[in-house]
Amino acid sequence: MTLTPTRPASTGRPVVGKLVDQFEHGLDAPICLTWELTYACNLACLHCLSSSGRRDPRELSTEECKALIDEFQRMQIFYVNIGGGEPTVRPDFWELLDYAVQHDVGVKFSTNGFRITPERAAMLAATDYVDVQISLDGATAEVNDHVRGAGTYDAALKAMGNLQAAGMTDFKLSVVCTRHNISQLDEFKAIADKYGAQLRLTRLRPSGRGADVWDELHPLPEQQRELYDWLVANGDKVLTGDSFFHLSAYGEALPGLNLCGAGRVVCLVDPIGDVYACPFAIHDTFLAGNVRSTGGFDEVWKHSALFEELRSPQTGGACSGCSAFDTCRGGCMAAKFFTGLPLDGPDPECVKGHADELNAAERERPGSSQDHSHKSPVRNAPVPLELTPTRLSSPCDENPLLPGRAVG
Amino acid sequence: MSTTPVTADGAWRLSGSVALRPEPFGALAYDFSTRRLSFLKTPTLVDVVRRLGDSPTVGIALTDARVADDERPAYIAALAGLASGGLIEEQTP
Repeated sequence: MTLTPTRPASTGRPVVGKLVDQFEHGLDAPICLTWELTYACNLACLHCLSSSGRRDPRELSTEECKALIDEFQRMQIFYVNIGGGEPTVRPDFWELLDYAVQHDVGVKFSTNGFRITPERAAMLAATDYVDVQISLDGATAEVNDHVRGAGTYDAALKAMGNLQAAGMTDFKLSVVCTRHNISQLDEFKAIADKYGAQLRLTRLRPSGRGADVWDELHPLPEQQRELYDWLVANGDKVLTGDSFFHLSAYGEALPGLNLCGAGRVVCLVDPIGDVYACPFAIHDTFLAGNVRSTGGFDEVWKHSALFEELRSPQTGGACSGCSAFDTCRGGCMAAKFFTGLPLDGPDPECVKGHADELNAAERERPGSSQDHSHKSPVRNAPVPLELTPTRLSSPCDENPLLPGRAVG
Repeated sequence: MSTTPVTADGAWRLSGSVALRPEPFGALAYDFSTRRLSFLKTPTLVDVVRRLGDSPTVGIALTDARVADDERPAYIAALAGLASGGLIEEQTP
């Protein structure tokens, strides 16, 4: 399989040089490993990257999970990002958390907060090895619950209150940036500050069910600029998972790793043990192997054909002539793939506008190769949006999705 | 976190909460208590850091890791950076 058609002959790993150049050739173990413990989720968020909802019967057993943690320890993977689905719905979640910590594998887990009770919060606050990330995609219930579901705003804030009361500091408030919440960045920061949390902003991806809502939720061009300016002004106080490197083409590079780390420093292990190049690329095209196969995760990470290809030198393709290529490097592989764009061309949100023509053209989109979405409605279903502008800048501003901005 | 400057005569060691993972470029250093990841960008620096705890002085660790005289100030500066991030700590008598 070839992901990008144009590759120069291998030049080998540089002996010295910038870390980013080293990272392009891959590391002996990932720096950022996401492990989705289950596809089961009590919610049905519109933009779910992993199309989660229903548990997969092939899910790794408790013993298999523990064996994988042992392997992470042998590989010195110091911490993993656990997600799902909603990881806390696994009955053995807290047991696995303890097991990881006891085996020198720190954990940051993402949760919608429904199960972060005062008792759990106290337990979490008691260990340095565990960090918690609460998902919130609107600074108001109206904006959040449209995407994440009725009652989820209140649940997230209640969880943060429980963590704060238990003495947990610097846990994460994690926000996916959408067309509806870019105008709320200061409000998100205020919420994080109020609860003693750290704000984390990440990019909306057209992955999983995100593909279905991409066209209506991804930030508009002028909002991308607003986001970039906000990140430049506040970058040292917020985390981004280095997910906005495509915005670096506006000028100054953003803090962090301005590189697609897929298969090089990043990967995803899904609930059934499949290893994908990154958390946003759950598709057969980016499937490197399975932890249940001979040699386990170590073998997949070090020697899978897919990861070796991702670590081989790559050219910028259509982007190589762009003045911003050194900072943006063509953007996000998954965003290109799921919007049906060529992988060696511009990101669908290219800030130089180089993808505008491609975005407007008719094209095949790959769709998803797995779907665990709920088949019947959930209790906390997404709420249809009836937004009202909060900061009208002009009486002519008729676009309810862009508070504070004149629509031109 | 120490405020003592790192000098060739000082005695330092890898902090107890920090683990090193060898990589082709040098090593990753992870502090389990602060959950912070850092990078040691040359194999020689990794060698120096690993030797610190068993060396009576920083200077001896540099010599044993075959750091050339004209490179010593750069290595001491790199160690000072690690000390300010809490990755290495002073040896206690």
